[in-house]
Amino acid sequence: MSSPDEDPPTEPERWRDLDMLLSRPGNLVHADFNPSPGLRDSLGSLVEVLVVGAGGLGCELLKDLALSGFKNIHVIDMDTIDVSNLNRQFLFRVQDVGKSKAEVAAKRVMERVSGVNIVPHFCRIEDKEIEFYSQFSIIVLGLDSIEARSYINSVACGFLEYDSDDKPIPETLKPMVDGGTEGFKGHARVIIPGTTPCFECNIWLFPPQVKFPLCTLAETPRTAAHCIEYAHLIKWNEALKRAELFGISGVTYSFTQGVVKNIIPAIASTNAIVSAACALEALKLISGCSKTVSNYLTLETLNMVLFEVHYFSLTICRYNGLDGTHINVSEFAREKDCLVCGPGTLIELGTSTTLSEFIKMLEEHPKLLMSRASVTHEGDNLYMQAPEVLEQMTRPNLGVPMFELLKGAARTTVHVTGMAENNGKKVSSLRKLRVTFKGVEESSKMDESS
Amino acid sequence: MLNLFKIKGQKKEEAANTNGRPPAKKQSPGELRLHKDIAELNLPKKTNITFPNGKDDLMNIEITLRPDEGYYVGGAFVFTLQVPPTYPHEPPKVKCTTKVYHPNIDLDGNVCLNILREDWKPVLNINTIVYGLNLLFIQPNDEDPLNHDAAAVLRDDPQKFRRNVQTAMSGGYVDRVHFPRCK
Repeated sequence: MSSPDEDPPTEPERWRDLDMLLSRPGNLVHADFNPSPGLRDSLGSLVEVLVVGAGGLGCELLKDLALSGFKNIHVIDMDTIDVSNLNRQFLFRVQDVGKSKAEVAAKRVMERVSGVNIVPHFCRIEDKEIEFYSQFSIIVLGLDSIEARSYINSVACGFLEYDSDDKPIPETLKPMVDGGTEGFKGHARVIIPGTTPCFECNIWLFPPQVKFPLCTLAETPRTAAHCIEYAHLIKWNEALKRAELFGISGVTYSFTQGVVKNIIPAIASTNAIVSAACALEALKLISGCSKTVSNYLTLETLNMVLFEVHYFSLTICRYNGLDGTHINVSEFAREKDCLVCGPGTLIELGTSTTLSEFIKMLEEHPKLLMSRASVTHEGDNLYMQAPEVLEQMTRPNLGVPMFELLKGAARTTVHVTGMAENNGKKVSSLRKLRVTFKGVEESSKMDESS
Repeated sequence: MLNLFKIKGQKKEEAANTNGRPPAKKQSPGELRLHKDIAELNLPKKTNITFPNGKDDLMNIEITLRPDEGYYVGGAFVFTLQVPPTYPHEPPKVKCTTKVYHPNIDLDGNVCLNILREDWKPVLNINTIVYGLNLLFIQPNDEDPLNHDAAAVLRDDPQKFRRNVQTAMSGGYVDRVHFPRCK
């Protein structure tokens, strides 16, 4: 980089340790692992990795992945470099302030690690077509928001398909490694949709944000936090007016939150440790050089000595730098009926089945027994039982064949809500359904390829 | 478990069906949960709900409350609910777009209702919010004021408060502040 104080290692030297991992057998390797010196080349040529986020974690991740033998990497980040990033986002320099994080990070890593190709995407994750995400073998997340994680999780889980026995189809798997840091704390977790819990399965683990009563903020503040929240919430419009008065653009709510958030200290070493764990998990998932993740179900039997030597045999590891380094592992369980990664209930329809016949079928379906169902499909509300205004708007759909309402897809996912039986009681339920149509081929593929 | 062997298989499969299904629009778990909440709405009488952006955007809701008892009988009060993508982990943002003389609603439409902020729980839903807002009109609360003057009047002189509410709802001035008619 700008001040090369030592020469980078020569090529064979740089890959020595990785080659040892990939070319030797071991007790912890995956059943399909075939150690060979050529494995590193395959890793480089076959695998495409997506890194989401090019901030504190993202910079570390790009470097770690590039040095772990991944050669085709994409990175996506909507942010530009701020001067306050420079203490820890080590790929950036003062003259980069204002430029795209993704673009600068990609360029710097490529300069340093020869043979690596990093494609930057300077945009929001939601701006990319879903199709964009399908090209990657694995997605590594270095994000700072629940919202963005939830989005990527739903995209990755959206690719997952189940066979008729509700078993995940391996070819449709899109695993994720999720890293996260806040001050001295961090986590790294492996998400294999359909096998390990997805992000949504245990989203309830996140502690609720501390919120103060509005009237306390306005009338009887007692703490410093109350005063800051007051400015943030109630005097917000004055900030907007002030910006307008002085002709300053860019005072948006999200920017303000960014300004406020930067006060939370971000610690470079936490990022480094979490990123190293994530990169290692990615390498193991892809190469099989450790059979860790497939052995997920036996995690509980591991003891502390094993943790220290092979902490990476575990699904989630936490590190806490405040009281010395401490790594702990929890095994989370999947949510059986998870709307995002669960299989849902398989239902086969004829192409002439109408929406009202479909709703009737749900009442009789032994796995559902759902009455008064409302139906939604990819953002289209096909039928709503209530409120009246929506019922009236969606009523004309009742006589229309489902095949038409679902836009001629041979198979697709539909969500229904209604009263369904659970342990002999009727309770309000939200269910995911995999709808397929009898006698309909996966038509679009044939048409487009011919 | 994914490994290089399987990735080779994937690449082959991708090559075979050059274009899979057309990419689908993702429905977030929050949207699905909201769909359920809306389909199960059981609103108080004379409460009206509309969706300004049509039947496929449930994230923006407009609710008109018409209290049937208390100081505000006869008035109609419009609230906007903006549901965040993180719903139900975060509550909807609620604003009162009708300018109202009320101890717990300020003149900018900010609402002080515990379940909208500090006491929000993911088990609560749109229905609970509507009932909570309704309760604010049936039992305005002088202990947690957002409009300090209105709260003081309610506490010290309920009769005057009643007159002030009537004046405001009929489209008049209370303490030199004009309130548009909302009956």
